Amino acid sequence: MSFATDLLNIALVIAFVSVAVSQVLSMVRLVIGPDTGTRILALDTMVVNAIGLIVLLGIAQGTNIYFEVALIIAMLGFVSTVAYARFILRGDIIE
Amino acid sequence: MTLQDIGAIATALCLLIGAGFTLVGAIGLVKFNDSMTRLHAPTKVGTVGVGALLLASILYSLTYKYGSAHEILIMAFLFVTAPISANFIAKVNIHRRSCETPPEPPQDDTWGTLNVPEADKAVSNPVGSTQS
Repeated sequence: MSFATDLLNIALVIAFVSVAVSQVLSMVRLVIGPDTGTRILALDTMVVNAIGLIVLLGIAQGTNIYFEVALIIAMLGFVSTVAYARFILRGDIIE
Repeated sequence: MTLQDIGAIATALCLLIGAGFTLVGAIGLVKFNDSMTRLHAPTKVGTVGVGALLLASILYSLTYKYGSAHEILIMAFLFVTAPISANFIAKVNIHRRSCETPPEPPQDDTWGTLNVPEADKAVSNPVGSTQS
């Protein structure tokens, strides 16, 4: 175990803890959010944090197989955010 | 110090930058007290935070295995779509009047999102809506 490997492991633990804490904080905002725009924003942040957690899991296990998972969650997150906003704006998603 | 040590330190640095931006963005999402102000913080999570985490993943695979850089695909997708979704959320805030209504735009009557056609008013103003 060299110094650099130790540093990498500590940084990985710090990153896991802070991304998980921010996921919980955005869930708090999703529950207490006073209006609809804030709730959509909190859901969007939770999707982005989920991508971050999956990327961190890929680094921690030293594998590359989570790439497609993160890519598909990124695309679905964007589409769902636009669909929610579209539903509020027009009352319909596909006009 | 070998090349592998330099790669590991760069990976750790990118991880710390991404973790810091993610945490600060989520704290801003909870602490700010206006819906348009709250939009400011999480857009940094979507670009800088996750961008640094993906860069750390690229550096890790370059350091410890055969190099693979297809996380750039996720990074490019997030960087393109983050402003679009933020713009949509700002339009939702103006539409539901959950923020201070911005001043009238020049050469126009009103903001496009407030100009709802009569046929759509029944569906876009459900019972219990905050819109006056």
